Amino acid sequence: MRRDIFQAIADPTRRAIITLIALQAMTPNAIAENFHTTRQSVSKHLRILTECELVKQEQQGREIYYSLEIKKMKEIDKWLEQFRQIWETRFNQLDKVLLTMKKKKK
Amino acid sequence: MNNLLFDFTVDKPAKTIYINREFDAELSLVWEAFTKAELLDQWIAPKPWVSKTKYQNFKVGGKRFYAMVSPEGQEHWTIQEYTSIAPKINFKMYNAFADKDENPELPGSDWDHNFSEQNGITKVSITIYNESLARLEKLSDGFREGFTMSMKNLEELLANLSQK
Repeated sequence: MRRDIFQAIADPTRRAIITLIALQAMTPNAIAENFHTTRQSVSKHLRILTECELVKQEQQGREIYYSLEIKKMKEIDKWLEQFRQIWETRFNQLDKVLLTMKKKKK
Repeated sequence: MNNLLFDFTVDKPAKTIYINREFDAELSLVWEAFTKAELLDQWIAPKPWVSKTKYQNFKVGGKRFYAMVSPEGQEHWTIQEYTSIAPKINFKMYNAFADKDENPELPGSDWDHNFSEQNGITKVSITIYNESLARLEKLSDGFREGFTMSMKNLEELLANLSQK
């Protein structure tokens, strides 16, 4: 079955998995520890992500590590951009709060 | 919009995030906005999320316990313990996600805030050290599942990539 990239990100658990492994390769068990769900369910999500070519598997000894297919996701820095944006939004809100405080003082 | 400094850098090997921002206000106001719960609640949650502080005790060893509340009413709790306070100069805290009963989810992160003023412009420098980079996604407070803004970015990024 052919899968597309939008299927990969349609599910909140899969989005969370992408966020996790964007930072480091992880085993399915380590990934599953981050969710209130079964190991089987995490395996299913990993299979879908693999079929979408968003993640790749690598055998290291007895363990399989999953990592993000960087080429497909571009740089991790792009991913970090979201945190920058959250802070930017926050600080814009703070600018307004400070303006109100300044007016009250006068 | 304005020429106030804003920079945001991530040092991955050092597991540290550096944030610098200038504000067009005197230091005492900025200090208040960062240290008083009723003011923090007005800006710390990116809309449409709201911040609700259950209690705050701004002194060394004291805590702020608050929730980020989504438009659907989902609550993500955070507990912050103040570890050092030099009034209007610096304060440090240990930040950890928690459940609604104040049980922290460790490890958390160390936050350091520095304040300085020049010609009526106040600069705030924030350093966030996180023990585990795998938890970096949680640095943005309670946005474990919900961050719609970032997901929109991801979707756009993926849409661009899939067109190539």
